Amino acid sequence: MMRALSIAIPVATFAAIAVGWQLLASYGGFPPKLVPGLGVIADAFVRLAGNGILLAATIATLYRLIGGFALAAIIGVSLGILMGRRQWIEDTVLPIVSFLYPIPGLAYAPLFVLWFGLGDVPTILLVGVSSSFTITINAWRGVKSVKPVWLRSAEVMGAGDADIFRRVVLPGALPYVMIGLRLGLAQAWRILIAVEMLMSVQRGLGWLIFGAQTFLNTDVMLATIAVIGAIGILLERQVFARVERYTVVRWGMVAA
Amino acid sequence: MRKGFSLVAFARGAAGVLVVLAVWQGFARSGVFSTAMTPPLESIGRVIWRMLADGSFIVNASATLVRVFIGLAISFAIAVPLGVLMARYWLAARIFQPVLSALLPIPSLAWVPLFILWFGIGNLATILVVIYASLFPLVYSVWTGVRAVNPLWLRAAIVMGADETALFRKVIWPGALPYVITGLRLAFGRAWIGVIGGELLASPKLGLGEIIFNAAEFLDAGVMLGTLVGIGIIGVVFERFVFQVLEAMTVRRWGMVTGAKT
Repeated sequence: MMRALSIAIPVATFAAIAVGWQLLASYGGFPPKLVPGLGVIADAFVRLAGNGILLAATIATLYRLIGGFALAAIIGVSLGILMGRRQWIEDTVLPIVSFLYPIPGLAYAPLFVLWFGLGDVPTILLVGVSSSFTITINAWRGVKSVKPVWLRSAEVMGAGDADIFRRVVLPGALPYVMIGLRLGLAQAWRILIAVEMLMSVQRGLGWLIFGAQTFLNTDVMLATIAVIGAIGILLERQVFARVERYTVVRWGMVAA
Repeated sequence: MRKGFSLVAFARGAAGVLVVLAVWQGFARSGVFSTAMTPPLESIGRVIWRMLADGSFIVNASATLVRVFIGLAISFAIAVPLGVLMARYWLAARIFQPVLSALLPIPSLAWVPLFILWFGIGNLATILVVIYASLFPLVYSVWTGVRAVNPLWLRAAIVMGADETALFRKVIWPGALPYVITGLRLAFGRAWIGVIGGELLASPKLGLGEIIFNAAEFLDAGVMLGTLVGIGIIGVVFERFVFQVLEAMTVRRWGMVTGAKT
């Protein structure tokens, strides 16, 4: 009974929202161009999916996301670990990182356009740089969270520097590193959509929304926003939950 | 993390900042790019001084901050009742949680072009972005906070004859407050990103994002960098000082969390 209800209620909620929207579109007195009915939105989705525009845009966006995120992960994890392992690096770099961290990455967008022009390269660079800070800070905290007792006991048992790093520091810091990567990916995703609007890239989901605005294609915008939401859920639930299950959970670092 | 002030750490930090500035200065002076694109430090300093002196920085920064706080206030007014309802009533959680999880993964800035179509360019679209960006961390933290209130306290208060309002004011709200403040800090971070993006895309009249956007038209990297420094400082001031102090104060005063360290 409870179980049936816990499925029925969300279904009813979404049905109510859909009906409300449809009523608003049909009888609300708004221009149908601005508040399209559900059928029109579905049509737009089918049309975009059918002629390949949606697929091309998704691939272009994911390509930039992977590029930017890879850049952020490489910079962030290595810098964070270096900061955690060497006090002088921490002392030197931390003030700069903490100052740059709260600046919204998007604010750099016009500057990056000025420096690197339009297109893919500045987009990937900007997404990479702006999402690297979260990853850096978390990797640094992770290394710092490794218990000194573990380090000393490994040393006493005759582990070399490389061994300590590989067997103690890395697994110990990994839960934090994973959190950082997860937050970094979410941040890269959020910022990428907006950057695509500002960088006038060719293709991409952000570009699709921005372009649709010019022609008042609200149906296209809403269909694209739905796709963006679906990809966001997939990234969070599937990709990272899985990676976590195979690494930190398996090593017994955090509870599943 | 080291406790207290260390002269060595400070000297190293200062050295790090100086090295970055020196490299920038060398690069800017080398003439690889025109000084319009990579202005040397003295011209960035001049720009900052000019914007401070003629008051334009204050005016634009306050416009941006006003948008953030109006948006945050509206978010807060929505999030508190919603979060409390969801935590107290199973049905409310079942109704709203799926909607929230469907909307959460959509970046707030993806809505900007749509908001512009519906509400026109300007303040309303920008504030809506701030609301959208800050609502989720707030709702989730209120929800978690209220659920985290020890059920024993609730039962004790009920036994002692507390009615619904007293229960809320004296037990639930103070118990949830540490979470709410953390939520506010997260929400401010989101709102700060959202407002700059909103100002870049929805072009309201004033604002720090607007300065940067206009400077791009004139290829004025000095103004952009100066404004970025300002955005960074305001962000640090709020994030580090206002919210962390608030967090530390409430948490300590109510003794809600033992050993509350960040």
